[in-house]
Amino acid sequence: MHVFDLFLGPNGWGVPLLLAALMTVALSVSGLAVGAVLGALLAHARITGGFIARTAADAVTTILRGVPDLLVIYLFYFGGSQILSWAGHAAGYDGFIGLPVFLTGVLALGVVSAAYQAEVFRGAFNAIPRGQIESARAAGMGSLLMFRRVLAPQVIRHALPGLGNVWQLILKDSALISVIGLVELLRAAQVGAGSTRQPFLFYSAALLLYLAITSVSGQAFRWAEIRSLRPFRRG
Amino acid sequence: MDLSFLQATLLTLLGGLPLTLNLTACSVLLGGAGALVLALMRTSGLVLLSGPARAYVFVFRGTPLLIQLFMVYYGLGQFRPALQELGLWSFFRDPYYCAVLAMAMNTAAYASEIIRGGVASVPPGALEAASACGMRPLMRLRRIVLPLAIRQALPAYGNELVLMAKATSLASTITLMEVTGLAGKMIAQTYRAVEIFACAGLIYLLLTFFLTRAVLLLEWRLSPRRPRRQPAPPTIRITGEPA
Repeated sequence: MHVFDLFLGPNGWGVPLLLAALMTVALSVSGLAVGAVLGALLAHARITGGFIARTAADAVTTILRGVPDLLVIYLFYFGGSQILSWAGHAAGYDGFIGLPVFLTGVLALGVVSAAYQAEVFRGAFNAIPRGQIESARAAGMGSLLMFRRVLAPQVIRHALPGLGNVWQLILKDSALISVIGLVELLRAAQVGAGSTRQPFLFYSAALLLYLAITSVSGQAFRWAEIRSLRPFRRG
Repeated sequence: MDLSFLQATLLTLLGGLPLTLNLTACSVLLGGAGALVLALMRTSGLVLLSGPARAYVFVFRGTPLLIQLFMVYYGLGQFRPALQELGLWSFFRDPYYCAVLAMAMNTAAYASEIIRGGVASVPPGALEAASACGMRPLMRLRRIVLPLAIRQALPAYGNELVLMAKATSLASTITLMEVTGLAGKMIAQTYRAVEIFACAGLIYLLLTFFLTRAVLLLEWRLSPRRPRRQPAPPTIRITGEPA
């Protein structure tokens, strides 16, 4: 079959591949969001926590950064269904309950990236002058109000470059979720390669789509960085 | 807690450690050599050399390692007749060689950026001084640029080393049974994900711990601030100085 028909003809592989690319983006964005929440909690524990909270956060960070991401994905996939099946058993349902693969993928990506995001947030927090926190307290702001009005806007600004790096990391890690059967970009390419016996062509197509996603989103992060610095530009 | 199960798991998983170490060492050594070449191409100032290097780094850093691995192992299989004709088929048929090739190519891209940063950090004065002493570009590279650049790049390179050690786990997807491959197989058989994860995690943590220590040691050895036994400085006598 001609390459053109293979991808763009009726029943071509172009649309499934593009949909799968969207799935990759959705998976990565959700992973980034979950990781941001977990990372903020970890950073909070390391900045303001007592001895126990700090030690625990340190241990979690060390473990997550020292263990292959694939292993974490296996843990969530099999461990998650293990817990669900056990809970089902307690509720009187005998049989295997699997955790939805998308949810597993998002959780795994979130947990893996949380360790990196915590470091990014901690660095960004440290870049805020202490005097601002003191004056916010002096003005009578509570912790939440201070977080919303003083800390969060500046932490996000300082964290943008680091978050851009984490985003690229998550995007590339999302390909690993294909091993548990979620049809994202790599998985779709695998399926296409298997049924047409043209693996080189399909992996090349997926490679180009990955390149497009990483370069466009990288550009978006650079744009956001420049924009976030706009109030401070001089001259 | 089932201690005998943990012990048996740990012993089984340790059986995959040699392969993990082997993959890490081979891909890091090959990739390091490739990174050096790429970094020199990037900093050469010749568009004909820096252009391809830039494109290579863009492609390899912009795509997941897993797809690069599949590209080499499965993708090139599409050209089996041509590869057989060239006598390369026995190389590309073997998942081990494919894994080493893909990982070396991947780490070469990342490490070349690290080395490039190191080269950029060499003070221009040092280059000028070397040229003024009459060093040719190659000698200047060997004696001045590379020693300074490598020392500067070492901490970042240590991170890349750890990332590579972790990345070897992807080899399990093309049937190589290293630590993660064995762990995945055991989890799928026994469904005791947490215990097996703990054992495999322990092995990787120890591995990365020793790797980071080794890099720290190397850093310390290469650090110029290390007190060294030096010959006593020659005493300078200035004539006419009052005694």
